[in-house]
Amino acid sequence: MSLPIYASTGQKIWYYGFRVICGLIFFFLIAPIVTIIPLSFNAENFFTFTPGMLRLDPDAYGLDHYRDFFTNPSWQQALRNSVLIAPAATVLSVSLGTLAAIGLSQSHVPFRGVIMAILISPMIVPLIISAAGMYFFYSRIGLQGTYLGVVLAHAALGIPFVIITVTATLVGFDKSLTRASANLGANPVTTFFKVQMPLILPGVISGGLFAFITSFDEVVIVLFVGSAGQKTLPWQMFIGLREQISPTILAVATILVAISILLLTTVELLRRRSERLRGMTPG
Amino acid sequence: MTDNTAQTENGLVLAADGRPLKTSLRRALRAQKIRAMLLIAPLLLFILVTFIAPIADMLFRSVENQIVGDTLPETTATLQDWEFTSGELPDEDVFEALYYDMFVAVEARRHTRLGSRLNYEQTGMSSLFRGTGRSLDDLGDDYFDVFEEIDPVWGDAGFWYSLMAADNGEDPIDGLIASQQARLETLSSDDYSGEIGFEPAADIAQILPRTADAYAAWATFAALVDGDTVSEEEPWEAVFSALASDLRRDGAGAAIAAYSGDGAAELQAAYAARDQLPAITYTEFFLNENEDWGDVAIWGTIQAYSPAFTPGYFLTAIDMQLTPEGISAQPENRQIYVTLFVRTLFMSMVIMGSCVLLGYPIAFLLANLPMRISNMLLILVLLPFWTSLLVRTSAWKVLLQQQGVINDILVWVGLVADDNRLALINNQTGTIIAMTHILLPFMILPLYSVMQTIPVTYVRAAKSLGATDWTAFWRVYFPNSVPGIGAGCILVFILSIGYYITPELVGGETGTFISNRIAYHISQSLNWGLAAALGSILLVVVLALYWAYDKIVGIDNVKLG
Repeated sequence: MSLPIYASTGQKIWYYGFRVICGLIFFFLIAPIVTIIPLSFNAENFFTFTPGMLRLDPDAYGLDHYRDFFTNPSWQQALRNSVLIAPAATVLSVSLGTLAAIGLSQSHVPFRGVIMAILISPMIVPLIISAAGMYFFYSRIGLQGTYLGVVLAHAALGIPFVIITVTATLVGFDKSLTRASANLGANPVTTFFKVQMPLILPGVISGGLFAFITSFDEVVIVLFVGSAGQKTLPWQMFIGLREQISPTILAVATILVAISILLLTTVELLRRRSERLRGMTPG
Repeated sequence: MTDNTAQTENGLVLAADGRPLKTSLRRALRAQKIRAMLLIAPLLLFILVTFIAPIADMLFRSVENQIVGDTLPETTATLQDWEFTSGELPDEDVFEALYYDMFVAVEARRHTRLGSRLNYEQTGMSSLFRGTGRSLDDLGDDYFDVFEEIDPVWGDAGFWYSLMAADNGEDPIDGLIASQQARLETLSSDDYSGEIGFEPAADIAQILPRTADAYAAWATFAALVDGDTVSEEEPWEAVFSALASDLRRDGAGAAIAAYSGDGAAELQAAYAARDQLPAITYTEFFLNENEDWGDVAIWGTIQAYSPAFTPGYFLTAIDMQLTPEGISAQPENRQIYVTLFVRTLFMSMVIMGSCVLLGYPIAFLLANLPMRISNMLLILVLLPFWTSLLVRTSAWKVLLQQQGVINDILVWVGLVADDNRLALINNQTGTIIAMTHILLPFMILPLYSVMQTIPVTYVRAAKSLGATDWTAFWRVYFPNSVPGIGAGCILVFILSIGYYITPELVGGETGTFISNRIAYHISQSLNWGLAAALGSILLVVVLALYWAYDKIVGIDNVKLG
């Protein structure tokens, strides 16, 4: 979409105008996330840039909000819960989801459509409805307000992502490799761990990352299925935003942005690797 | 034909083990199916228990209404014959049934729950049940005083036990205790199995049916809830009012005269002195306690909500109500849900529209730039997509405040006066801005993937045939990108109408969605049935939209990242 040399003035204006419009939209997308990063280093309890910050005065910046995050028992409990719940839910959804994805990718699966729809449903149903149903049902069976309840609920939410990414990876998987492995005397378990798993691992890991971020960011389900004992970082942020907003939230937000950049990079690298690998496999 | 197969005379192909090849293949296929199902089964079971069952439970709760029948079983049964349209109060039987139903409910502390349930349908029910519940004992106390005056033995626990129990060779009556246990279990949803240490006698239950019922209920309660020994405790007040009723019943005299078991003499003496008992009917008692019991509308509501399943919650969810006369519209000041549904749909449309407006240029730019640059720019789209929802919401909450960055800049530029800062948050504007930002990647990504597949030669061909830039875009490029717009729009719309967190935090009063109302009914008003009904309606809308999405885009085209 480069500008030809014979372009008229109108075309030139439109060409640059369009780029300015796109720049503004990109600004709209990124600016809110970028703005909170310097604001989190505000030395004072304000939510806007102080005159000192605009003058780039070093005294106007400080780590007070980060210090509060790392010393405040309430935030620390939330961090601990998040770090406990998200990996547990991820392990559960990845192990069950990978097995099921392998089952689903076989050639003869009865009721494939129905099963797929059921497994994908947690992604489709609005969170507030899942939360309501889980709240009613889990309080009936005594799981409401327990770690187990929150982990099970989050695992259910993460499963569609694992199913989608792993089945997508399995589409490019060459079935003759497992036959070759069996032919050479490997039993199904060895074949799975030595041949199939290493090849579909990128898909499994990115599915796992999706499941992790789903649980790590999730707040609606925790609000209903969990109680104050299971509060996670998003839970604490939500309550903080709703009741008395404290600048510590900005420090937490900045840390979470850093985590998401890390995860985004990992997923992107994995995607490129699997594309490269797929390009190399014959057929 | 290889070495492993052979052909029989009738043309049947055999496998190596001598079985027909067809059977062998079928068996192999079955083994394959079983293996696939075994791999899927654990997850399927997991999702069914952790996710599908809760959704089913919610759908069930949206029509379930067993609380009325469970708490007032006898009342609802006797009330069936009553006609609301007659305009008259139900007869004495109904009030009598209500007294004993309520008495047990009060002891189990469940009457307030029923009161709040019926209060959703008619205001005042809650205080009516709570108030009446407090004074039920009074009636029994009055009777008790008179019985004790007639013969002090009526205040003796041992005497009552020997009168009622089949402890002296009398025939026991079956099922009375079991039915009381079952009733307590449904009432309080606790386990009430166990030994009571009391077996009611059949003959006394025939002469004093009401008393036998009340005593059995009390005995069950005393033994299993309070852990008391039945023969050592004085029965509760309802037993005395039950005895008074039984003595006044037609034909009681003859039956009592014929009775010769334990306590026959005392019973006859009490019968002879029955005129000393306070002459008060159950109807009078309830009307004295609270004149609202004389309001037919109260009884109409109880009758209308007697069945175990009710359309009442769904009717409320669409601003209708189930009244004794039938279905009618809610009073004007209580009509909020249709407005809320309409607002949710309208705001989702606005958000969808602004996502198309902002997303289309970006997707167009990304699809038409060289791969290297577009991959770099794509990160600017993916970063917000991967950033925590709460981070983005808190960013907007901070930016949009009256003393926030955006207002500061506007004041600094001079567009807005310092004393007249814009209200950008806690209203619809706040919700629309924040949600457009949050959902924009969901519009850009499907649009981008569709636009990537549009061959550049189409537009070039149009231009070489003489089309202007605009015509080439509008007549050639745009129609090719419509599937992407469709996919993005449905995706954004589906996500938007179920959103809870962002409207809750930046929506204030006017910018909230139906999901906020659902959350309110779950955690604050505790009207779970209505929350479930609202949720069910929302679920149906989302599933219908999703079905459309599947038709247009296909479920297999769901892509991530």
